[in-house]
Amino acid sequence: MKLESKVPSGSVESAWDRHRFESKLVNPANRRKYTVIVVGTGLAGASAAAALGELGYNVLAFCIHDSPRRAHSIAAQGGINAAKNYQNDGDSIYRLFYDTVKGGDYRAREANVYRLAQVSVDIIDQCVAQGVPFAREYGGLLDNRSFGGAQVSRTFYARGQTGQQLLLGAYQSMMRQVEAGTVTLVPNREMLDLVLVEGRARGIVCRDLVTGAIERHAAHAVLLCTGGYGTAYYLSTNAVNSNVTAAWRCHKRGAAFANPCFTQIHPTCIPVSGDHQSKLTLMSESLRNDGRVWVPKQPGDRRPASQIPEAERDYYLERRYPSFGNLVPRDVASRAAKAVCDEGRGAGETGLSVYLDFADAIARLGRDEIAARYGNLFDMYKRISDEDPYQVPMRIFPAVHYTMGGLWVDYNLMSSIPGLHVLGEANFSDHGANRLGASALMQGLADGYYVIPYTLAHYLAGSTFPPVSTDHEAFAEAAAAVQQRLDRLLRVKGAKTPRQLHRELGAVLWDEVGMGRNDAGLRRALARIPRLREEFWQNVSVPGETNNLNKNLEYAARVADYLEFAELLAADALHRTESCGGHFREESQTPDGEALRDDANFTYVAAWEFTGVGKPSTLHEEPLTFEYVKPSQRSYK
Amino acid sequence: MRTMTIHLRIWRQAGPQAAGRFVDYTVPGVIEDMSFLEMLDVLNEQLIARGEDPVAFDSDCREGICGTCGFVVDGLPHGPDRGATVCQLHMRRFTDGDRVTLEPWRARAFPVLKDLVVDRSAFDRLIAAGGYTSVNVGGAPDANAILIPRDTAERAMDAAACIGCGACVAACKNASAILFVSAKVTHIGVLPQGQVEHTRRVSRMVDRMDDLGFGSCSNEGECEAVCPKEIKLSTIAFLNRSYLKARFSGGA
Repeated sequence: MKLESKVPSGSVESAWDRHRFESKLVNPANRRKYTVIVVGTGLAGASAAAALGELGYNVLAFCIHDSPRRAHSIAAQGGINAAKNYQNDGDSIYRLFYDTVKGGDYRAREANVYRLAQVSVDIIDQCVAQGVPFAREYGGLLDNRSFGGAQVSRTFYARGQTGQQLLLGAYQSMMRQVEAGTVTLVPNREMLDLVLVEGRARGIVCRDLVTGAIERHAAHAVLLCTGGYGTAYYLSTNAVNSNVTAAWRCHKRGAAFANPCFTQIHPTCIPVSGDHQSKLTLMSESLRNDGRVWVPKQPGDRRPASQIPEAERDYYLERRYPSFGNLVPRDVASRAAKAVCDEGRGAGETGLSVYLDFADAIARLGRDEIAARYGNLFDMYKRISDEDPYQVPMRIFPAVHYTMGGLWVDYNLMSSIPGLHVLGEANFSDHGANRLGASALMQGLADGYYVIPYTLAHYLAGSTFPPVSTDHEAFAEAAAAVQQRLDRLLRVKGAKTPRQLHRELGAVLWDEVGMGRNDAGLRRALARIPRLREEFWQNVSVPGETNNLNKNLEYAARVADYLEFAELLAADALHRTESCGGHFREESQTPDGEALRDDANFTYVAAWEFTGVGKPSTLHEEPLTFEYVKPSQRSYK
Repeated sequence: MRTMTIHLRIWRQAGPQAAGRFVDYTVPGVIEDMSFLEMLDVLNEQLIARGEDPVAFDSDCREGICGTCGFVVDGLPHGPDRGATVCQLHMRRFTDGDRVTLEPWRARAFPVLKDLVVDRSAFDRLIAAGGYTSVNVGGAPDANAILIPRDTAERAMDAAACIGCGACVAACKNASAILFVSAKVTHIGVLPQGQVEHTRRVSRMVDRMDDLGFGSCSNEGECEAVCPKEIKLSTIAFLNRSYLKARFSGGA
């Protein structure tokens, strides 16, 4: 496998313009002759389907839900970044580029990030034209806020529902193309394999989740827009149907998987309350603008917060990071919370939470102002925890939230399989080892609205396609393998449910490949995961049949894939002996406990090639160079 | 921590064409901190352990924003909490020994697929009829070129909060989708960007609603009462005014 990044040479500022000019075009009259499969209809998939439909391509849009509008992009709360500099506070495309490369701890491609910052301004224009109801100032201009510790206000938002409104904008644009006949919507389908003909991605095999039918669909190119793999950890802020299956099947067909150990653990989530819990709920990190994070000074102090006097509280973020205080980046805040809980100073019955206290802010600003800023979040917290954050401090704890790693793609968003393009969270491309707040929505829409229409045309116009029908033996082979795997799941008839086994896998990943990772723990995980996988195939219980709506079968098949994928996740974490961004190797830290990169040995993208289940993957290194943003130790002191 | 035993009466239906019936289940050891759907997860784990078919129900984000979940709890779509989806309902709302009946949405336009899962694709076809502004990627003017009063943006956002769960249809004795349509027509129609196609959008969406088998509105207000996002009946008034104008202007 040879990985070529295809990054244009020359200045980063003009790279995308030059690349667009040099890219081939498809004649408007010929576009409808090309069929493009889009898998997933979140921000990346829906925007790509809409944009390609508008251009006249014949698009098939598949989604796992009953409606494209359910995709998990809908749950994003905070906002979307764009370098508009509407606030006259010093923002620019270059600054957004700089912040994103630095925030990613120097593990992203500069050219990709620059392009992202460039098209960010167009995204906002398009969304407003669609009718996305962004927050406004009294004069009628768009409002912005500072988010995630950024020193400029570049985040556009629609209350706490920005992801919902952006997704509805993209979804509605896509439905307009459905009405126009350019996009065919195929809901309730799960992609279960990628079909290659003569080395190119030419179609997919999927299961109709209502009838159970195994279907074959052929195309000239496949766009994978299926999100991240956070649910491998069982408990995460992701939706319960989010999964790694489609990406993993592409990996098994030859698509390199890059930097899987780069996972983001978000510091402000509602803590776990018991074994019954099915998912974790994120509380927007905007809360850290006014809330103060603390724990008791004494280990084992189990008094209620109200009985712990001021002098016996440790506002540890303000103490350790005097200049950024409670607003340090996500990875730093999460690790600090883990550290104090490891010392036995955590709050609550489980000792696995820290306080986020609004008492000072309420005293300073008044209850009404706090309610205006965070009322919906306070209500959400009370509904789940049964505690009133106006009266007692919130309790929060980090949770798996986003995955920076994903399928490797070149500058054109094409994977190592010709014709398979990967967009949004499913690819690895723009966030390096840590994603900044309000940048996920930006990337999803950038890839779909503004990048893929150019790079896909270049691929289509530059390739010759022998006619391929779904009767081709490659389709038959893939469909048969999919059916066999499902039949096999039903035949095990063991004693454990898929949920039990998923929970066990999640516990291993959270303990050993979570916020702090070390050599011994990662080796334990790598020993444990194959045993769990073996147990799964000998002892899982999946009732029902394959030929109808069977949610337990869907779930079991996804858990089977997590059990393969998890090994790659742990292996990548073991190989990268440096700390960077969301990947903290305990062996690699500064004397005061901060992440310490090893630029001499790890300034590269780790792209893994599949060699077989349970066999060591082959590492391919794509070296990274930094001509504009010079690597330095991140410091928030 | 308080635990309880809950007795459930659940609609079981093997497939779209199959006959359905209520089946009784008892779930012991329910913890008050559980969400309602987590309680059903526990029931399903027990059913799998007994080799029985688990109860099919839809859910995804489990925080009230995706609109995937939804069924009728003791006659109320999404259950007894106002302004909440069923995934946001917690067991502390119930007491030991409670008997609770669960049914799918019942509406001609939403056929039952299995147990508590229904087909809501009619909502997508409603949006396809006109729930958008016709602007291709690439030609949009600068976002601040269009000034929008803050109150107008807030009004649009109130309506845009709809999650498309279908509770309004399930609550309506006529199974009308009027609140869903009026929410979208209001969201886009109060904004300057939505003016160009407003008349056409209103006519097409209302006509499509009739074609898809949704009933008519008879002003009962049940839809507003059960809407988890508290979409207001005033959006229906806005839609009706717009529809009348569309008819009189010949725009339809």
